[in-house]
Amino acid sequence: MTAMKEIAVVAFSQSDCLARAGAANEVELIMPQLRAVFGQVGLNNAQDVDFVCSGSCDYLQGAAFAFVAGVDALGAVPPIKESHVEMDAAWALYESILKIRMDQAESALIYGFAKASSGELPTVLSQQLDPYYLAPLWLDSVSLAAMQARLLIEKGLASEHSMAEVVARARKHAMGNPHAQISGEFPVESLLAADTVVSPLRESDCAPVADGAAAMIICTVDKAREWGVPYAVISGIDHRIETHNLGMRDLTDSPSTRQAAAAAGVALGAVEVAELYAPFSHQEIILARALGLGDDTVINPSGGVMAGNLMMASGLARIGEVFRRIVSGEISRGVAHATSGPCLQHNLVAVLESA
Amino acid sequence: MAKLAAVVGIGQTHYKTRRGDVSIAGLVREAAVNALEDAGLGWDDIEAVIIGKAPDMFEGVIMPESYLTDALGCNGKPMLRVHTAGSVGGSTALVAASHVQSGMFKRVLTVTFEKQSESNAMWALSTPQPFSVHLNAGAGGYFAPIIREYMRRSGAPYDVGIKVAVKDRLHGARNPLAHLQLPGITMQEVEDSMMLWDPIRFLEACPSSDGACAMVICAEELVAESPKPPAWIRGVAMRSEPTMYAGREEVSPQAGRDCAADVYRQAGITDPRRDLDCAEVYVPFSWYEPMWLENLGFAPEGEGWKLTMSGATSLDEGGDIPWNCSGGVLSSNPIGASGMIRFAEAARQVRGDAGAHQVEGARLALGHAYGGGAQFFAMWVVGADKP
Repeated sequence: MTAMKEIAVVAFSQSDCLARAGAANEVELIMPQLRAVFGQVGLNNAQDVDFVCSGSCDYLQGAAFAFVAGVDALGAVPPIKESHVEMDAAWALYESILKIRMDQAESALIYGFAKASSGELPTVLSQQLDPYYLAPLWLDSVSLAAMQARLLIEKGLASEHSMAEVVARARKHAMGNPHAQISGEFPVESLLAADTVVSPLRESDCAPVADGAAAMIICTVDKAREWGVPYAVISGIDHRIETHNLGMRDLTDSPSTRQAAAAAGVALGAVEVAELYAPFSHQEIILARALGLGDDTVINPSGGVMAGNLMMASGLARIGEVFRRIVSGEISRGVAHATSGPCLQHNLVAVLESA
Repeated sequence: MAKLAAVVGIGQTHYKTRRGDVSIAGLVREAAVNALEDAGLGWDDIEAVIIGKAPDMFEGVIMPESYLTDALGCNGKPMLRVHTAGSVGGSTALVAASHVQSGMFKRVLTVTFEKQSESNAMWALSTPQPFSVHLNAGAGGYFAPIIREYMRRSGAPYDVGIKVAVKDRLHGARNPLAHLQLPGITMQEVEDSMMLWDPIRFLEACPSSDGACAMVICAEELVAESPKPPAWIRGVAMRSEPTMYAGREEVSPQAGRDCAADVYRQAGITDPRRDLDCAEVYVPFSWYEPMWLENLGFAPEGEGWKLTMSGATSLDEGGDIPWNCSGGVLSSNPIGASGMIRFAEAARQVRGDAGAHQVEGARLALGHAYGGGAQFFAMWVVGADKP
């Protein structure tokens, strides 16, 4: 097989994670992030990239075609090449990579956004389940995750204590993240002192849901050099989905993450940093095992989504966080992960390396 | 250069008001199995699945790819969900093609669907939004004023839309999969049907359908493994523009013109009416045929209606550039799939596999879809000949 064209990440920005963005509409959420990434590269607007792809979910805003409003943030006059996935924007990144590798673009703008505060997210997400057998039961996402955590504990792969450790570490890391919704020193014992919301999950085990947006610019390595900006290379990216039938899955493992990690080449080098999209503390434990991460990997140095879960943009933001650390010279190789669906049904893994 | 890719399998369901015999999963699987059989392949031959549909609010299933993973044999594979409003069927085909054209995949399955009997499109399209004018009118109410502006500018006679409505239903009567089967439809019958959104009468509007459409797209080196002739992908293009902006040309949107110019350039088309043998174009309301004839360069501005009235776009009248031989969106409209049906029917034509609605000797065909406020466009050109 001929070598794939290398993809460079050249810009990333995310909003503060806000529990409620108030009256801000989609355009107002997106615009500041677009301006930030254009500024990082020295571009004016979406006319200066070859392709634009976004990720969002109509149901979070309660509007069919919520993403259409997003186009108003782009300056799409004259018309642009643009597409949209009803998924986390990490998958919009994936579509953009296809576009560059088929030579229809040298550069792409990717963004994701949501205003999840418009509804009650755990209940809203119950409607992504099988519409005939599961959705009518209104099985919310927290309850399903609690079931998964229970299985993990019973199998001896986690404990409420080890889950609280994940939270304490994430919140401590988040102290260095200016966009964090929650950060600070929280002793494990104080976290465990709280009541569970859905046993064995405490509120602290569940990522705080945030309104906001994130944006990224990618391009060919030649283009990055032409622009004269620092960049990180996406050396591997892959995503896999598993059965929707929870009873058929081993919820204590994530085989789709393993598959994606193998295809993306995670094990081909040292993993200095891993940014994992784990909306529940125990899921970080599952993902770390599936990715084969050891003690020498710093997991979620940004605090991960425990610092704030930007719906439809958190996956992209994980990739952006690894990019940021590479171009700052802090690390030379890291792994980013995104997830979708109940109990980690669908997983994307990307490996980023210094140029 | 993009890698060569071709359509080697096409599968559709029957389009009907209500497919009560199957679930949503059953519906998409039916189309997918038909496509695999057409391609002489099995589930294991597929590396990734790309799925598309119109808004989740139609059926009320959020991100339905999660639920449809099993029905589409996707466990352990990549699955991507596209949503670009009404153009989604076309966009999904293009995203699927890009999996192969990028060199990252050898063979993918793409599926789009809508089960309108389990949804309420009028409601979903009209939910009130904060900070914007509430348009409680659905798509017809949105497009009717734009059609009236076209009529005013072009001076087209009042019955152009009626002619299109008849022509596409006569085409649909040749296609056993088409939802509306109206072989005896007359101009008078269309004219007498209820006015919904002036000037769009009931019979000048698309139906609400259940249905799914699927395609198998593969890389050049695997084309020979499928028994039937391939449809080579000769050009792919997408364009978007905002719903509203000062000076926006809504009758003939710039995004549509740019998208057509892009796809024609890739396919080496300089005169679409002469170079193409047929076209499957997204015409959900009758008057959009003459409007798109102009927007897509088949006729000069203000003269699209003359092509329609001359019979140039009619298979039954022996026209030189038949449009929507399958019956088009006016005969079947499972919204999320409607764009892909255009792309698939264009491919059927150049594969010589379109049955009673085959354009004899078709070698090059256009597939077209649009969505939103006529602001999202997706097109491809497929050919019998390898480029």
